[in-house]
Amino acid sequence: MSSEILIPILSIGGLGLIFGVGLALAAKRFAVKVDPRVEKVLEVLPGANCGACGYPGCLGFAEAVVAEKAPVDGCVAGGAGVAQKIGEIMGREVGEGIKRIAFVQCQGGRDQARGKYIYQGLESCGAATLISGGPKACRYGCLGFGDCVRACPFEAIRMGEGGIPVVDDARCTGCGFCVQACPRGIITLLPVSQQVFVGCMSKDRAAVVKKACSVGCIGCGLCAKKCPQEAITIKDNYPWFDYDKCTNCGICVWVCPTKAIVDKVKARPKASIGTGCTGCEICKEVCPTKAISGEKDQRHQVDMEKCIGCGLCFERCPVKAIDMVGALGWVEKKRGAA
Amino acid sequence: MDIGHLLIIAVASILVNNFVLSRFLGLCPYIGVSKQLDSAIGMGMAVIFVMTMASLSTWIIYTYLLAPATSIWKVDLTYLRTISFILVIAALVQLVEMVLQKLVPTLYRSLGIYLPLITTNCAVLGVTVLNIDKRFGFVESVVQGFTAGVGFTLALVLMAGIREKLDLADIPKPLQGIPIAFIVAGIMSIAFLGFSGLVTE
Repeated sequence: MSSEILIPILSIGGLGLIFGVGLALAAKRFAVKVDPRVEKVLEVLPGANCGACGYPGCLGFAEAVVAEKAPVDGCVAGGAGVAQKIGEIMGREVGEGIKRIAFVQCQGGRDQARGKYIYQGLESCGAATLISGGPKACRYGCLGFGDCVRACPFEAIRMGEGGIPVVDDARCTGCGFCVQACPRGIITLLPVSQQVFVGCMSKDRAAVVKKACSVGCIGCGLCAKKCPQEAITIKDNYPWFDYDKCTNCGICVWVCPTKAIVDKVKARPKASIGTGCTGCEICKEVCPTKAISGEKDQRHQVDMEKCIGCGLCFERCPVKAIDMVGALGWVEKKRGAA
Repeated sequence: MDIGHLLIIAVASILVNNFVLSRFLGLCPYIGVSKQLDSAIGMGMAVIFVMTMASLSTWIIYTYLLAPATSIWKVDLTYLRTISFILVIAALVQLVEMVLQKLVPTLYRSLGIYLPLITTNCAVLGVTVLNIDKRFGFVESVVQGFTAGVGFTLALVLMAGIREKLDLADIPKPLQGIPIAFIVAGIMSIAFLGFSGLVTE
């Protein structure tokens, strides 16, 4: 009777034991010496195997880092946090890298941009662009078939209402796969802190742009003229931003006649002049929208309707009588940057 | 045991009783790994390898340990078939992984992700159990194991080829991705029904 229980237990247990010992021996016999740091680095990596670092998967990158072939901050998707942890494992200091995310430089959705012909083919920007430069009148415009959406390994891009992709800033890791996927080259990686950018890529002449799209850049150069930091230069009918100089003041957004410059700040603060004002008129002169009025030597007023919250007066006021109100954290950010 | 008999086993398990499309085994990797042709081929090769090895080793375990127990110890051990086969397959896959990592690192890299996935794949267990159920001999078991893997690879590669094309097709939104893959799988399964009757077992 007992043998009916014992024998099965012994045979399965015996099999398990034999396999266990066999595997243990094999593990010794076939042990591959792996640097323990590789495993540690692999643990802190995001594990998406996105390949943005240029190595085949996270394991490839981990091995390259340990072999000191790849930089410690080479993981684009992980950002500064992961770079810090890898730095600790490798015993090296890591400089703060600037995180970059994807910006879509086209606003010409179905309502804004004119079509050229009716396209009926593969639902892919890459395919559509091969047929006479795509179904849009603008040869720089977004085709809206979502090659970038499909390319994104982090589901950070979705197709917006008008057929223009929208980037989820929080999810975007700046891996740059969408940049490669876009046949038009209208997705750019810019610093995550950048709030103002040109929402157009057209280098065509004004007449051509105006025919094709209502929100296209016509290269008028008003933004370059008005920019207090001289961060914009016009070349090839296009305003080139120097993002190192740009302070995101938003004057270019306000001045642009076609609304081709995009402002990501949802609510900008308004200037408010306090009792410390000596009436020096510096703010009045500096204000690009002429929102400040007042007599000399008297406290000035701000016209809230006209104020665009650029903060020029705030920066220039000699007695620090101007405050920016209405947007939390804006002043702190400005002061921190200065 | 002649070549013709083995050939019939091969045709039967590749086409007529295809493990995925007729027996509905191993559907998880069939849907999961069939998005790209490259990875489908990688997975298919790993399955062929493991199925052959598993058929070989489980047949030995069954014929020389579980089956003779009745006559030697007067205890029927055949009900331990499933659990001991799982044990054998898991240990085998582990061993194969180690050996490959040491001796053929390139093959380990290309199969690497798929090998552990196969450990508890029902298609692998299925082929070993079927070997016993059909009272196959050693060579027959190995042939069935190998060709079942080939059949699995065939289904997987066909599916991957179709899905790569489907990616570019204009598919209604609710059907995009997995749903259309299931529909395709169903149609492929019906198509493979056309082979039934080719071989009578």
